[in-house]
Amino acid sequence: MPEPRVLILRAAGTNCDAETAHAFATHGATTQVVHVNKLLATPTLLEKVGLVAIPGGFSYGDDIAAGKIFAAEISNTLGDHFRKFIARGGLLLGICNGFQVLVKTGLLTVPDEQGAASPITLHWNDTHRYEARWVYVSVDARLCVMAPKDRVQMQLPVAHGEGKLIGGDARMAKRAVDTHQAVFRYVNQDGTEPSWPANPNGSEGNIAGLCDATGQVLGLMPHPERAMFPWHHPSWTREPERREGDGACFFRAAVAAMR
Amino acid sequence: MRWQIEVLPRDPSHDSLGTVLTRKMRALGAQQLKRVETARLYLLSGALTRADAERLAAELLADPVSEQASVHEWEHYSGEAPGSVAVFKKQGVMDSVEAGVLRGAASLAVQADSARTGMRYKLTGVPLNHLQNVAETGLANLAIETIQVGNDRFPAARTPAKARHARIEVPLIHSDNAALEALSKRGGLSLSLAEMQVIQAHFAEQDREPSEIELESVAQTWSEHCKHKTLCGDIKYSGAGIGSLPENAQIRNLLSSTIKDATTTLDREFCLSVFHDNAGVIAFEGDWALCMKVETHNHPSAIEPYGGAGTGLGGVIRDILGTGQGAKPVANVDVFCVGDLNMDAADVPKGAMHPRRILRGVVEGVRDYGNQMGIPTVSGGVFFDNRYVGNPLVFAGTVGLLPVNRVRKQVSPGDVILVLGGRTGRDGIHGATFSSRELHDASETADAAAVQIGNAITEKKLVDIVLQARDRDLFTSITDCGAGGFSSAVGEMGENCGARVYLERAPLKYEGLSPTEIWISESQERMVLAVPQDRVQALLDLAKSEDVEAFVLGEFTSTERLELYYGHECLGDISMDFLHNALPRVERSAVWTPPAVETLPLPAADDNTDLLLRLLGSPNIASKEWIIRQYDHEVQAGSVLKPLVGTRQQAPSDAAVVAPLLGSTAGFAIGLGMNPCYGDIDPYGMACAAIDEALRNVVAVGADPDHCAILDNFSWGNCAKSDRLGGLVRAAWACRDAAIALGTPFISGKDSLNNEYRVGNKTIVIPPTLLISALARVPDVRKTVSMDFKAADSAIWLVGMTRDELGGSHFLRLHGMRGNTLPSFDGDVARATFATLHMAIQSGVVRACHDLSEGGLAVALAEMVFAGEIGAEVDLDLVPVTVKCEDDRVLLYSESLTRFLVEVPEAHCARFTKLMAGVPHARIGSTRSEPRLTLRRSSSGRTLVAVEAAVMERAFRAPLPRALEGQERAHA
Repeated sequence: MPEPRVLILRAAGTNCDAETAHAFATHGATTQVVHVNKLLATPTLLEKVGLVAIPGGFSYGDDIAAGKIFAAEISNTLGDHFRKFIARGGLLLGICNGFQVLVKTGLLTVPDEQGAASPITLHWNDTHRYEARWVYVSVDARLCVMAPKDRVQMQLPVAHGEGKLIGGDARMAKRAVDTHQAVFRYVNQDGTEPSWPANPNGSEGNIAGLCDATGQVLGLMPHPERAMFPWHHPSWTREPERREGDGACFFRAAVAAMR
Repeated sequence: MRWQIEVLPRDPSHDSLGTVLTRKMRALGAQQLKRVETARLYLLSGALTRADAERLAAELLADPVSEQASVHEWEHYSGEAPGSVAVFKKQGVMDSVEAGVLRGAASLAVQADSARTGMRYKLTGVPLNHLQNVAETGLANLAIETIQVGNDRFPAARTPAKARHARIEVPLIHSDNAALEALSKRGGLSLSLAEMQVIQAHFAEQDREPSEIELESVAQTWSEHCKHKTLCGDIKYSGAGIGSLPENAQIRNLLSSTIKDATTTLDREFCLSVFHDNAGVIAFEGDWALCMKVETHNHPSAIEPYGGAGTGLGGVIRDILGTGQGAKPVANVDVFCVGDLNMDAADVPKGAMHPRRILRGVVEGVRDYGNQMGIPTVSGGVFFDNRYVGNPLVFAGTVGLLPVNRVRKQVSPGDVILVLGGRTGRDGIHGATFSSRELHDASETADAAAVQIGNAITEKKLVDIVLQARDRDLFTSITDCGAGGFSSAVGEMGENCGARVYLERAPLKYEGLSPTEIWISESQERMVLAVPQDRVQALLDLAKSEDVEAFVLGEFTSTERLELYYGHECLGDISMDFLHNALPRVERSAVWTPPAVETLPLPAADDNTDLLLRLLGSPNIASKEWIIRQYDHEVQAGSVLKPLVGTRQQAPSDAAVVAPLLGSTAGFAIGLGMNPCYGDIDPYGMACAAIDEALRNVVAVGADPDHCAILDNFSWGNCAKSDRLGGLVRAAWACRDAAIALGTPFISGKDSLNNEYRVGNKTIVIPPTLLISALARVPDVRKTVSMDFKAADSAIWLVGMTRDELGGSHFLRLHGMRGNTLPSFDGDVARATFATLHMAIQSGVVRACHDLSEGGLAVALAEMVFAGEIGAEVDLDLVPVTVKCEDDRVLLYSESLTRFLVEVPEAHCARFTKLMAGVPHARIGSTRSEPRLTLRRSSSGRTLVAVEAAVMERAFRAPLPRALEGQERAHA
């Protein structure tokens, strides 16, 4: 069994790298946090790892649009290396800003009915405001190899301004749901269809997390790395003692997917 | 070639910014406005072909799904845009987007030389001749931006004038007093005549004139901002004594006699570094220490709220990064004081911004800077009073984590002066002296040079590099470039040895800066390090690996002089001893006259349910959720008790708890105490109350009051005036007395002593404002307690005595009254209560705990009920009182200090009351499953309050969104 190795890729403005590394390490992965300049100089680093995670933050200040500049850098200079990495079974994960980066690189798409690429983006929240709150998401683990198989619903925090997934055509969300690419979807606590703020950004199809057609590339707006310890939950002081936060099963599944 | 590119939403439904701006602008008073449509504008210069520009537009600048772009050749572009206004940053104002655009372009193999950005707003419904006015109301700030009506073509950039680099001599040694004063005023030096005379004598002794840069160095070093001349000066106090303050005291150094004296007297061993570094440091857990600093950034925020608040936060984060050999920022707090949000636009004084615009701006400034830094904003507050209308207050604080063996710093002769971070521009010239002046109705235009915009990403990169360099031992001392820029940073670091500086080495944002400007510029995001010669290259390499600019500015010497060069020419050579020790002592007179007794009868309170709802909805009590949710309070994954708690996070927590070491259960709590309402009656009582409140906050959540340090931030009116200073003396004395009584040392502080706003002949003085921040250790975060009621059929205990102390209360404030009797502070009782309650919480018998503050018992109970959606039935006749009390209003709304409400399960009550022996406490009621608050008096059988949780929650949560958005949003 190969040792699960995770490369956490950071750029100027990445700010969730330490807790993301900690979450992976807690579940048995060996982690290294690598600045993008180093990966640009040595793209072969990708050959030594099973999973690359792009953590949350504000890469390059989210100037122009969230994740856009980091995405331009990856797709224009590292695109082929990442495509090779995925082709040989590597896993690519983007959390929050990482999700925004993946979407804007074109490495994470929802193909149209003919299997052709169809653009998607993460647009400003309907409130046009950064908002931090906890949400419920449902889990569809049928396609994505990293998704936790043992959970139908999770409670996780979101904290973003640009998390509204929209497609270039009106059928994007339905396709993503039908093909099980819509791995995480915002729901009410009872599992029913949400409105704001349970869907915090107005995302089409209430999609909170999306994988590509291979199931190896996953991006999500919620922050599982902020839901690891029992005391991360916003009302833990009033609830029955829990062993761990809902984010723990996410990282357990992601590490297991490398084994 | 230059290309102007506009990016606009493909579909109106994608213009969420336009939708939100329409709502905001209408709330700011633009009633005719029907719709705002937005477009982003870019101007790219360099060897770009049209194809290059089109490729950048399509692949980088415009989103392929939601946006479309068009490209114009700037030289031939007319820019006609009827019905629109375009907003551009003034030349020299930080445009943080440029670096990102250039980096993105480079990845597309397109080399652009420069990029500028702007915005265009099409305003429907606004008459053409009103476009400029509407834009000024909330789309642009003329202090930093220009507005073009009807045309969106980027204005041509001016070529900066060549600067003179030669030494400039200032004739001074033969000047008379009038000429000295005129020189100080003309040069914006903010030096008094006495100070100018000392400078004159110093140079006369050397038989030479000072150079401009020497004079500026002295002015920066001697500024109120850097030297705290008032607090550290001598004061003749006339007025009644109180506590340990004698009547008509003669005070030598107020700060040393009060706040520092308390710390020295207490001599607590957990204090690792106090008052001399950029932040105070206390022991935390094992090999780790915590540090904290709170800064004010009031005047810049009055003129440019967004930039002022953002750079205020950026500055205090650098204070933490510059503490010891560098601490990691792990939590931020922010407190704002602004005018009433519902103030009539006509009542806003000339030259000031509407409080709604100020509050939005400062919130957005803190949000963008703090969130981008990846530091959780875990606690804060807003206080509303119309006397802040022209002079709002912005307090920003940061907590840092550092290894105990990095607490000390050391500068040695021969070390290199190395600068890391942003480039130097003309930003914030004279910020140190500006902050020490009074604001007036022309400040907005006259002092624009003192305003600046931050770039959080530059600072984030700086933090990343400094912490790596620290752990690799690459430097021995570090400080930030704050007020006074290089002059303060280098001057302070080299104080005991000497420093030689080569100003031509500083990388500039643009041409045209004189050496003096380089020396005193307050450009953001720069740190100065002392680096041993053999580690310079390693540090430069490390910085380069993450695109952080670094350069060697000079070296520390053993000459005990400050030597300033531009190339080979020596522009200044001044004794460090003179610079730091020759400042003449100021003697000021302080007078305290108690306010006239208010004789009006207490307002009647017939319907206490209605009154309680009005209190819950009053600005200073109502929920700040609209603000809190815009802050990332969970990044770094350390937040244990978040700012919002309850079943649906609908209620405010008493204090934030953070566990900064991932995997460890050791944590800290931050509490904030402030009550300017009390200052109008007596700043002594106000300061005691603020300290009591900060301590109550941290004790309520489970922190250890015996491992707790506090910080002071005074924001006062003009203390050159004796009546303002009289109140300051009393407040400072209260700090001493309360800190000693509680065993709680001060570790750091800051003062801002000229917060007045002048319009014509009228001066608006802010109320005396003291913010106390408490930083306390939480031994085990798993024992943290929150304020929401947890279960039905628990006992509700009230800890502490309730007295007839309605003076300064929110109950009276609601009726436009002030009152006379402030809450009294008994240090011995408070210390015993805090220690005992802490023990009870640690023993595990407490399910919920909430301190009583604004609005007294009624408001605290209401908050616990709607937070937990658990009811409460309370008998007011059971409230512990010192004197039998018939007056319901006292029991319900008095804000007596050192009180807590505690929920204890029935089964633990015997243990609780045994643990609490010796501290006043009584069971006043029980929790109920039906979410409803009922307050009765058993003696008379009367029901005073009966109200559903949901009704109270609505009253509490609705006001802020309504005031800021002009509408009520659905609740979470």
